[in-house]
Amino acid sequence: MEWEVVIGLETHTQLRTKSKQFSGASITYGAEPNTQADEVSIALPGVLPVLNKQAVECAIKFGLAINADIPARSVFSRKNYFYPDLPKGYQISQFELPVVGKGAVTIQVPASGKNAAYEKVINITRAHLEEDAGKSVHGALEGMSGIDLNRAGTPLLEIVTEPDMRSASEAVAYAKKLHELVQWIDICDGNMQEGSFRCDVNVSVRPKGTDKFGTRREIKNLNSFKFMTQAIEYETRWQIETLEDGGTIQQATVLFNPDTGETKAMRSKEEANDYRYFPDPDLLPLEVTAADKARVKATMPELPDAMKARFEADYALSSYDAAALTASRELADYFTATVHAGSDAKPAANWIMGAISAKLNTEEKMINESPISAAQLAQLLKRIADNTISNNAAKQVFEAMWAGEGEVDAIIAEKGLKQESDSGAIEAIIDEVLKANPAMVEEFKAGKEKAFNALVGQAMKASKGKANPAQVNEVLKKKLAN
Amino acid sequence: MINSSLKNLSQMLAKKEISSVEMTQTFLDRINKYNPTINAYIALNADKTLAQAKAADVRIANGKAEPLTGIPFAQKDIFCAKGWQTTCGSKMLANFVAPYDAYVITQFDNAGAVNLGKTNMDEFAMGSSNETSYFGGVKNPWDFDRVPGGSSGGSAAAVAARLCAAATGTDTGGSIRQPASLCGFTGLKPTYGLVSRYGMIAFASSLDQAGPMAKSAEDCALMMNVMTGFDERDSTSLNRPKEDYTRGLSNIQGTQPLKGLRIGLPKEYFADGLDANVAKVVQEAIAEYRKLGAETVDISLPNSQLSIPVYYVLAPAEASSNLSRYDGVRYGHRAAEYDDLMDMYMKSRSEGFGAEVKRRILIGTYVLSAGYYDAYYLKAQQIRRLIADDFTQAFKQCDVIMGPTAPSTAFKAGEKADDPVAMYLQDVYTIATNLAGLPGMSIPAGFSNGLPVGLQLMGNYFDEARMLDVAHAYQQVTDWHLAMPEGI
Repeated sequence: MEWEVVIGLETHTQLRTKSKQFSGASITYGAEPNTQADEVSIALPGVLPVLNKQAVECAIKFGLAINADIPARSVFSRKNYFYPDLPKGYQISQFELPVVGKGAVTIQVPASGKNAAYEKVINITRAHLEEDAGKSVHGALEGMSGIDLNRAGTPLLEIVTEPDMRSASEAVAYAKKLHELVQWIDICDGNMQEGSFRCDVNVSVRPKGTDKFGTRREIKNLNSFKFMTQAIEYETRWQIETLEDGGTIQQATVLFNPDTGETKAMRSKEEANDYRYFPDPDLLPLEVTAADKARVKATMPELPDAMKARFEADYALSSYDAAALTASRELADYFTATVHAGSDAKPAANWIMGAISAKLNTEEKMINESPISAAQLAQLLKRIADNTISNNAAKQVFEAMWAGEGEVDAIIAEKGLKQESDSGAIEAIIDEVLKANPAMVEEFKAGKEKAFNALVGQAMKASKGKANPAQVNEVLKKKLAN
Repeated sequence: MINSSLKNLSQMLAKKEISSVEMTQTFLDRINKYNPTINAYIALNADKTLAQAKAADVRIANGKAEPLTGIPFAQKDIFCAKGWQTTCGSKMLANFVAPYDAYVITQFDNAGAVNLGKTNMDEFAMGSSNETSYFGGVKNPWDFDRVPGGSSGGSAAAVAARLCAAATGTDTGGSIRQPASLCGFTGLKPTYGLVSRYGMIAFASSLDQAGPMAKSAEDCALMMNVMTGFDERDSTSLNRPKEDYTRGLSNIQGTQPLKGLRIGLPKEYFADGLDANVAKVVQEAIAEYRKLGAETVDISLPNSQLSIPVYYVLAPAEASSNLSRYDGVRYGHRAAEYDDLMDMYMKSRSEGFGAEVKRRILIGTYVLSAGYYDAYYLKAQQIRRLIADDFTQAFKQCDVIMGPTAPSTAFKAGEKADDPVAMYLQDVYTIATNLAGLPGMSIPAGFSNGLPVGLQLMGNYFDEARMLDVAHAYQQVTDWHLAMPEGI
């Protein structure tokens, strides 16, 4: 039987606010335990939550970015359960009425094997504001567990998709797209190691061609795309094997172990809590007006999908190129700056996605850490365009600039890479080459096209690589035609 | 002096007839003498109290006095006060010293008032007799065999026995007004949202409201000026212009000062369940109001009979969640020995909470559970709106509503302790205003068999100033509010 995997994601994005969701305490990562736990974070008797307006703005931004319905009124609810790192004994979240309703994101799924790359729309069910819990610290204290409440109350936006994904690569493409988007609109720092962006993945399988969903298991807290791929692939295989062996799937929450590459159930549905959600009487319903939305919208940058469309239209870039260049705001900014500094768009796109990306990948750097600025790249590309240097020479200049050897023109001069474009000089070189290689000339005239390329190579060699290849071609063609 | 109004006490301080330290010491002496019997105070700290009095004297000498500067007040032990033991009447918080001040405490501090101590109360404000307090019951100063009412029983006894100039209370279902009725003084529960709940230990967040407990309407008005105000730390605090609640009092003059006032008399408040003697006193008070020029209108609050069942779904639901933070992890009572985390939770909470609190946590947990939420919590919220709508309709016909505050006078300690439903019925006339968020007040209206009887006033939203005027008019022509228990 052929199986189909069905995947939905719930992503917790930590919002980039100054303070906590419901108090003024700082949320800076890595502070000494409990130094960022104010009376609200500790849940002292009598304290009350006050909603962080900046967090609300982040949620509105996200809603606008995915073209979502942003209802006029949403409600904060209490999710009740006991845990030592949950100081109030309840988490303030949103249940029935979330701040962001239905929306969608378009993902680019890369080619793999025989399958070509494709686009797909992933529907977003909702996004809601909530607060993070603290942390239990085991092992630091002899015979005791510690509680660090620095993280307690940190603002989160939980983004929930429809079960729209059908492979690990679609799920990862969605997660990556979302990861880029929340950074693009500056609501999340995207730091996955620090837990600023973490995904719960719901996985079920069903016979291909059927409509009914299988029973799902939820893989909790994946904080790397690599683990996500491994976890989904393992979980899918496990579920299919279980069913094929005549077993059934129990709804459960599972954890992925990166050391073994396996998923393992934490708790089954029978053990699940009854969270006794009810509207938090300490907080008024959240009202979002059209004016609020307009005000937030005015602060938002051009969104990646819009920018991609603009790149295709204005710069005649392919959809693939435009998507790659808008994969992050920094990359798009770098490209735009290169073009604004006077480079043609197409070579700028090629160089950024080619030589620069390759270097960045090797050195594990981000685009904003590139030793070659957009202005420098533009200058290099201008020197190719105005025939000062050949493409080959440009590669040498690029390497030198990357190594920090200086500006484009200085490197060209220093290394003597300026190409020969004086037609008299080129003609003289070609005359020499024709004289020295009569056999090749004969072969060409006998119809062997390859001989032409060989003659070009000889001419380039004779010019020590400095002759303008286009000119060499042209002059050679003319001379051979005589 | 102990029977003086806040205004008179303030004048005595201003004229240097007495210092704040002397005035405070007088009350501290009375507390030392009577509190071992009455048990009105849970926490006393004479050093802190007298330090405040000294500071008030300096302030008065510098001409910076405000109306309450230097006057000693009792604070219900539900308010966090920095450096003070703040227990909420529970073993759970018996060892808790608050590291911060509640809004109400800050307001009194800023006004230069003196904090005499923290008063006894039903555990987490759950009770109508003060018998659920971990720190023991409180004696009604009018009859030591009887309860003072609750949950603000300590503040009530302190006001009635003149162990303070006035006190604060909180009212979730009647906890200011019922004790005011049973102990014979004036108490006001303001419109929900007028007094910030910040630092006030939560029982049922959508119902809890702090208010003044004092001898007279005039005293309550002066305290309202200090207690109310917008506080951004409480999201349900109302951002409205500051009011002077005493502004209308001086206009209450002449023989018919209330001419034109329409008093609504809800038939449901004069039906079965009301003690006949209490009914008589209340009717006499209403007759007095007619003499003052008011007219009475028969009205109906048809859904008010559902108040108690609705309240005992909603209040426990909120309480079950509000009290989850008392888990023994960070502060408060933790069991001495336990096997694991779950055992620690269970033992700490079993030991730390009393029976009534446990009962309400169980009810609240039940009504919020999956499968029961719609039938109980959601239905109760719908009826809550109907109850509020009843008042909206009623206030088209009248300006203020009157009736009994409590169905009976003070009952004997232990009389209802084993019958929770009989105890819950103590709040049958007060709960509806909490559910609607409306202001309610109780004023002394006479006696039945030597025990005080309260008249309840209910007003429209933000109509406290008028209610205080109406109460003041009555207190200008009667002296029930000046009566003091004998032998104290």
